[in-house]
Amino acid sequence: MSDKVFFATGGMGRRVEGSALVAKDGFSARYDLDRLRGVFTRPEHKLAGASYVGRVLVLDAAKGGVATAWMLHEMKARGVVPAALVLNAVNPIMVQGAALADFTMISGFDIDITQAIPNGAMVEVDPTAERPFIRLL
Amino acid sequence: MKLTDEEEALRAGEFGPAAQWAIEHQIKVGCYLGARDFVAVSQAHIMADTESLGVAGVEWLERMARLPAEQRRLCIPTISDPRGTDFAAAHRLKQQPWMLELERRAIAAFEALGVLMTNTCINYQTIMPPVRGEHVAYGDTGVVIYSNSVCGARSNFEGGPSALSAGLTGRTPRYGYHLDECRSATLVINVGWTPRELDDWGALGGIVGRLAGDYWQVPALFGIDRIPNSDEMKHFGAALASYGSVALFHIVGVTPEAQRIDDVLAAKSSVHSYEVGEADIRAFQQSYAQTIETVDLVVFSAPQLSLVEMAQVAGLLDGRRATIPLLVVTSPQVKPDADRMGLTGRIEAAGGTVLSGMCFYQSYAREMAEANGWKQLATNSAKLVNIISGYGYKPALVSMEACIDVACDGGRIAR
Repeated sequence: MSDKVFFATGGMGRRVEGSALVAKDGFSARYDLDRLRGVFTRPEHKLAGASYVGRVLVLDAAKGGVATAWMLHEMKARGVVPAALVLNAVNPIMVQGAALADFTMISGFDIDITQAIPNGAMVEVDPTAERPFIRLL
Repeated sequence: MKLTDEEEALRAGEFGPAAQWAIEHQIKVGCYLGARDFVAVSQAHIMADTESLGVAGVEWLERMARLPAEQRRLCIPTISDPRGTDFAAAHRLKQQPWMLELERRAIAAFEALGVLMTNTCINYQTIMPPVRGEHVAYGDTGVVIYSNSVCGARSNFEGGPSALSAGLTGRTPRYGYHLDECRSATLVINVGWTPRELDDWGALGGIVGRLAGDYWQVPALFGIDRIPNSDEMKHFGAALASYGSVALFHIVGVTPEAQRIDDVLAAKSSVHSYEVGEADIRAFQQSYAQTIETVDLVVFSAPQLSLVEMAQVAGLLDGRRATIPLLVVTSPQVKPDADRMGLTGRIEAAGGTVLSGMCFYQSYAREMAEANGWKQLATNSAKLVNIISGYGYKPALVSMEACIDVACDGGRIAR
């Protein structure tokens, strides 16, 4: 592995590749998204207006309430969903939601992952590895 | 995770497929979050409005509800968070028939599973508050933070699937706020001005939530110069949980685990400390209303109103008339008392609408905005202000009294 690999402390779901959508901001499916259109709508969010569909979201911390535990499942069922979530810090709700939806998520780095991954970069996320990781392609 | 014989049996399907799914889900969550084993819980509380569930979530529940009764049995008291509508008032909110049908299906599935449909986010004020040290599996962040902090109970944020799992297995993975070592303060807030109104308490919660930053932070506050009441704690906690995803706070000399600051500071620990004063709280409130001259509606919700808040709203409306929509949302436990005591009648005689068993932001807020032409709202709930902009609203955070003035003055916000 090269120095373009960043290891996480936790991972869940399947290996995916995709284009990174990166911001030093939080994530809550209820607070931040128009889930029907697949865009960030919270005006204060750094990704306001951006489509997240099929993107590898690289963000700082899980925010907000408990609704995301259901919403990831609902978003995935309709196919209007990110490819993966990569977070510096999770809360239990993100983990519970990813578990229900069989959604790809990794978290917990020894660096600020939102500073390490350039916006728009192609990345691989592998939560199934012995040490889950995100890798710049 | 270390499993007991009973947990191995659950995993092997000896208690039916619902409990088998539940414990597998809990093991996945527990392994991710570092749980070593399970802890028995005495109650569960499920957040599951249909805007969150969607059709896929309702169908998922219905599949579980169709299992033979002996294969889907809840083993602890399991109650529900607010629904996505008040059926009696849905037409006034211009909610669509498909929303109501989805709600009916979800309710039928939950009832088949044996969930007690309390439809409330203030169960700690109305149903059965947990006691100090009691391990529970609660959903709704406001419920969790109040129960942990004010009651001294032990819960993590349990989203709907995990709370349902706890109801089916009677346990939850032991991580986070079930553990002593996670309950110590990680930041200290010196509060230089004790809030007065509920929106002040909410603003303080929002400020501290932003400072805390994530779920694993535990703020300890000192400098509060009186004992806050339950509604004040409710608004403070709900906002703190909303802005910071925080699940536990301490107020020195007030909350049960923090009679002294040393009680909640881990030995040899070094924590950041911050000062928060009245100017910070005023700036927080003003940051939301600066560009808003008028609003389309006033909402009291998030959390649902206690009986005392209902009486306050009724008192402020006496002899006045709301000229824009004024929604007052409470729980199905408070509503009959409010009816019996004439509070509902006084609010509705003044042009308000009392809603029961729902919460504004959990009730298809985007669709209600489009159907009613609502773009800007006023509320005294900092939690609602934090959530609702994502649904396309511009919110103003003002006091309960100012909300009533706004409602009775055509939506104009006084400066």
